[in-house]
Amino acid sequence: MEEKKRELLEIKGLTVQYHTSDGIVHAVEELSFDVEEGKTLGLVGETGAGKTTAVKAVMRILPDPPAKILSGEIFFEGEDLLKKSEKEMRRIRGKQISMIFQDPMTSLNPVMTVSEQIAEVLRLHGKITRQQAYEKALDMLELVGIKRERGKDYPHQFSGGMKQRVVIAIALACSPKLLIADEPTTALDVTIQAQVLELMKELKAKYKTSMVMITHDLGIVAETCDSVAILYAGQVVEYGTREQIFKNYQHPYTKGLFACIPDLFSDSNELTPIRGLMPDPTRLPEGCRFHPRCPIACERCGKEKPGPVETEPGHWVRCLAAAKDWEGGNACG
Amino acid sequence: MTKYILRRILFMIPVMLGVSLIVFTLMYITPGDPAAIILDEGATPEAIEMLREEMGLNDGYFVRFGRFLLDVVVHQDLGVCYQTHQPVAERIAETFPNTMMLAGASVLVAVVIGLIMGIISAVKQYSFFDTAAMFLAMVGNAMPNFWQGLLLMLLFALHLKWLPASGFGSLKHLILPAVTIGTSSAAAIARMTRSSMLEVIRQDYIVSARAKGQSEFWITVRHALANAMIPVITTIGMQFGSLLGGAVLTESIFAVPGIGKMMVDAIKARNYPVVQGGVLIIALTFSLINLLVDILYAYIDPRIRSQYR
Repeated sequence: MEEKKRELLEIKGLTVQYHTSDGIVHAVEELSFDVEEGKTLGLVGETGAGKTTAVKAVMRILPDPPAKILSGEIFFEGEDLLKKSEKEMRRIRGKQISMIFQDPMTSLNPVMTVSEQIAEVLRLHGKITRQQAYEKALDMLELVGIKRERGKDYPHQFSGGMKQRVVIAIALACSPKLLIADEPTTALDVTIQAQVLELMKELKAKYKTSMVMITHDLGIVAETCDSVAILYAGQVVEYGTREQIFKNYQHPYTKGLFACIPDLFSDSNELTPIRGLMPDPTRLPEGCRFHPRCPIACERCGKEKPGPVETEPGHWVRCLAAAKDWEGGNACG
Repeated sequence: MTKYILRRILFMIPVMLGVSLIVFTLMYITPGDPAAIILDEGATPEAIEMLREEMGLNDGYFVRFGRFLLDVVVHQDLGVCYQTHQPVAERIAETFPNTMMLAGASVLVAVVIGLIMGIISAVKQYSFFDTAAMFLAMVGNAMPNFWQGLLLMLLFALHLKWLPASGFGSLKHLILPAVTIGTSSAAAIARMTRSSMLEVIRQDYIVSARAKGQSEFWITVRHALANAMIPVITTIGMQFGSLLGGAVLTESIFAVPGIGKMMVDAIKARNYPVVQGGVLIIALTFSLINLLVDILYAYIDPRIRSQYR
């Protein structure tokens, strides 16, 4: 592999399974993607595609049991996080890599004041006094647009959007190199979503933070991301720069996703959903995981597992139809 | 908050009135004649009748209840003990501190054992410790106190001769009864702590704390335990209450000169003022503990605090 760009995070062949009483859940399989320094990667996929599992594996905060990381490497600044001890990981979490969770309503501790919760991460990763941490926590609140006086308030005294601002303040308090945002706006009102996204973009630029943005909203991807990985049933099915994905999407699933976006200028009153449902992760289909829902699938797709194919520099597609030896185009469906 | 506490204290008045009515009525309908018991078997019916008249026992239900209430509320007088002729308040002052000491020691044993067992069981769910602890808790809950007390006495007092079997006065005397009562309360507290902790450690803010780089120990103590305490404190308060009631039995077994033993003796002798006074003081203590529990809620959980207006 040529090493021209500076990669902050490199995930190679990550496989995670959940061992439950209902069977083995194949949450993430052979997952690979990179995050360049200062850039934002979008992880796009339906609920259950394995987005959150993948980033929790990076943070090493998957619940074990039932989650098991079977194979793969997660390089952060050239070091494999999966080989680190729990103690070393604790020094990385919150300091080098931090995370914004999906639901601000539940991700703050209800019995601690917001300033205490910001100060906690500061005191864990820096040699500062309680008073200094408290002052810095209030500074952080101001930075995310909350008045200093509100530092002594408890989470239940804030609205959803304000809580997410507090969560962002906690995540950025130690100026991490990598920020993982797990659907940071899903639980918020549309108007608040825009504000929070704007704030995140602003702070990301200010702190030169790299980011992984998990979302199922292609609009957010278009606005915030430099590169995109499309996940389906635990696998990356298409991966490339934002331009490559938006202008030249090739995987049938990605095509389906774009077709889902309602077009205001078309006469049709109906949405165009992808037919069928996500497969049961304990009983994944043979061959290509998308083939039961794929409009162009043929016999081969039910038997052969497609590998990633580079269709243009940096643009990977996991589809047999994208490979050079594919014959017959869409005709065999 | 002050207003809330004052209101709660005012609410205790009807509770105490209700308790008085029930105790008085129960004693009224219980067969037996205190005058006959005081005068012994040799007394003539005339002498008994004279004493009944003197004690006011021949008056009707309402007259007697009214007199009792008037004495308690207006004169702050709980009456005089039929046996010792001491004021009841004085007898309570002699016995009640012993009961409280025993109850306090028992609750201390229960909270220490119960919390530690419950927390470790929850953090190490399905481990050997968890299974063993929950089995023990089940046994502790199911085993009657008086039987467990007798077993402990057999082992530690009779066979090993480490501790005195009965009596009161030193710390050594306190150990056996406190452990007997404490362990069964510990079982209830451990089970509640475990289930409450299990619910809390699955919450998102626990994952958030982990993502901050916080250690598991501090996540358990600062984040999880504080949030899991509400039902645990309720259980502790209830255990304290049932402990006061249960004192009637354990104090008899271990010969602790507490309010429970005093009341058992008083019931046998139809010593109405002592029984009524004893029940009233236990009811009052229980109400105060409930109030304390509610205040603790507010102290722990700011969401509850903002509701107490």
